[in-house]
Amino acid sequence: MYDVSVIRNDFPILSRQVNGRPLVYLDNAATSQKPQSMIDALVNYYSGYNSNVHRGVHTLSMEATDAYEEARQKIATFINAPSPDNLIFVRNTSEAINLVEYSWAAANLKKGDRVVATEMEHHSNLVPWQHAVAKAEAELKLMKMAEDYSLDLSDLDELLTPQTKLVAFTQMSNVLGTITPAKEIIAAAHRVGALALVDAAQSVPHMPIDVQDLDCDFLAFSGHKMGGPMGIGVLYVKREVLEEMEPFLRGGEMVLEVTYENASWADLPMRFEAGTPSVADSIGLGAAIDYLTTLGMDNIRQHEVKLTSYAIERFKEIEEISTYGPGDMSIRGGVMSFTMGNVHPHDIGQVLDQAGVAIRTGHHCAMPLVRSRLHLPATARASFYLYNTEAEVDSLIDGLKTTLRFFGDANTRRA
Amino acid sequence: MQTPDGLDDLYQDIILDHYRSPRNQGVLEYPHLHGEGFNPFCGDQVDLTLTLSGDGRIDGVGFLGQGCSISQASGSMLSDQLKGKTIDEAEEFVRTFKGIMQGSDVSQEQEEELGEIAALQGVKQFPVRIKCALLSWTTLQDAINEYRKTVS
Ligand SMILES: Cc1ncc(COP(=O)(O)O)c(C=O)c1O
Repeated sequence: MYDVSVIRNDFPILSRQVNGRPLVYLDNAATSQKPQSMIDALVNYYSGYNSNVHRGVHTLSMEATDAYEEARQKIATFINAPSPDNLIFVRNTSEAINLVEYSWAAANLKKGDRVVATEMEHHSNLVPWQHAVAKAEAELKLMKMAEDYSLDLSDLDELLTPQTKLVAFTQMSNVLGTITPAKEIIAAAHRVGALALVDAAQSVPHMPIDVQDLDCDFLAFSGHKMGGPMGIGVLYVKREVLEEMEPFLRGGEMVLEVTYENASWADLPMRFEAGTPSVADSIGLGAAIDYLTTLGMDNIRQHEVKLTSYAIERFKEIEEISTYGPGDMSIRGGVMSFTMGNVHPHDIGQVLDQAGVAIRTGHHCAMPLVRSRLHLPATARASFYLYNTEAEVDSLIDGLKTTLRFFGDANTRRA
Repeated sequence: MQTPDGLDDLYQDIILDHYRSPRNQGVLEYPHLHGEGFNPFCGDQVDLTLTLSGDGRIDGVGFLGQGCSISQASGSMLSDQLKGKTIDEAEEFVRTFKGIMQGSDVSQEQEEELGEIAALQGVKQFPVRIKCALLSWTTLQDAINEYRKTVS
């Protein structure tokens, strides 16, 4: 049974106070909190078998190497990758996408080609493609956000021309919570011979993901948003694509044989992991995945659907609030972007913080979406995870009511 | 829920008053000095226009902006105290305020010169908001720098 009150005990930070109130952590889209088992895995590594991997014959090095590769196996199982060799350890989603830009797009994008993304992208899945198309003299086109905050697929056929080489899109918007029809988009990309990259930074932590079922060519996510440590992320790449890719970073660990003049590359995926990797963090991510697997990704998703539906209902009590995201929970994750009258999101965030409630305010690294599509300078965003409760949503609503009272008729100030 | 502690230091009445009814609202048509400030991280925006009299004193001020209470109140308060100052005095005023926000001690004399602007000192306890408070002031400094380039 999914018992949040028990689950919360696994997260030491959740028992701390902020400004004299119990912490209500609702900034999970930015980063998640960490279960004790993950923290223990890091401590055990450093206190028990810290060593460099792959190069040593001594016991510690073998233990570290085994644990490191075991973590890769856990991740492969978690997203149903055919093999752990499909996975490259990186620092985060941003680095994963940059790796694809430098190792794949630089060699495959030609003048006149096209990359398709969406209006909902995080800067991480937009800026690299702006750079790639500028270098290649290719073009970047965007799938639009529909009125109901879903992704508009109506002009997909026009967007996906034979010149399209890559479709790179988010599976869950970190601003709107919108879950995009990934399978459909990937199939459409393949029909025109394009590859598909999924920015799964917000989806992998919150719902079951199967890369073989999706049939994506690349999928990127960050460990820190799913209970894992900061500084570790994953890029999944299909085998046949990976085999054709040039190394991203060159140096130690990624080579087979080196002379003074030349080098040949190590096997996959080591070829893409130059230098000493984040061994502890990879092992930590493995522990986080164990934790998530024990809870069950379906259960986590269900919990968040229930909680978000509850939040949507409670938000309706405050007339001044506008929310931005699909009403249909089957295409929405636990992200609630909102504004409240003319009270600036900064001020909302400040008053809430004083009440111990942590939310995020600003453009959420999706400036074009917030400014040009929502036509807002900023929004406030509450985002949920597996340990949040209805009582915490109540604290948020109380805090918002206080904020409104506090700013009083500032709310009726010039538009 | 009661109002949480600490907020009254940040959001003093005088600040909320300027936020609700900003002074010197507008953009002057033929300004001698013009500065536009923008903080892309929070979307705060200010537009500051100034005119000078024959003897080089500020005699007209326009302030228009959009953003959080701190950025807007700070701009409104600044706009209220510029009239009558020379460019050099305005610059000294900016230096004093920046110094205070960045942690310098304030003399009695400086505090008096700041007048109600001293209310913004509460912002110091909230480091992420300091740049909100400074936006109009750095914008004024930019406008002064530009003006100096054109007249020298
Ligand atoms: C949808 C999406 N893509 C990419 C990223 C970037 O992740 P990271 O900062 O870990 O590289 C984020 C994180 O906020 C995100 O929400």
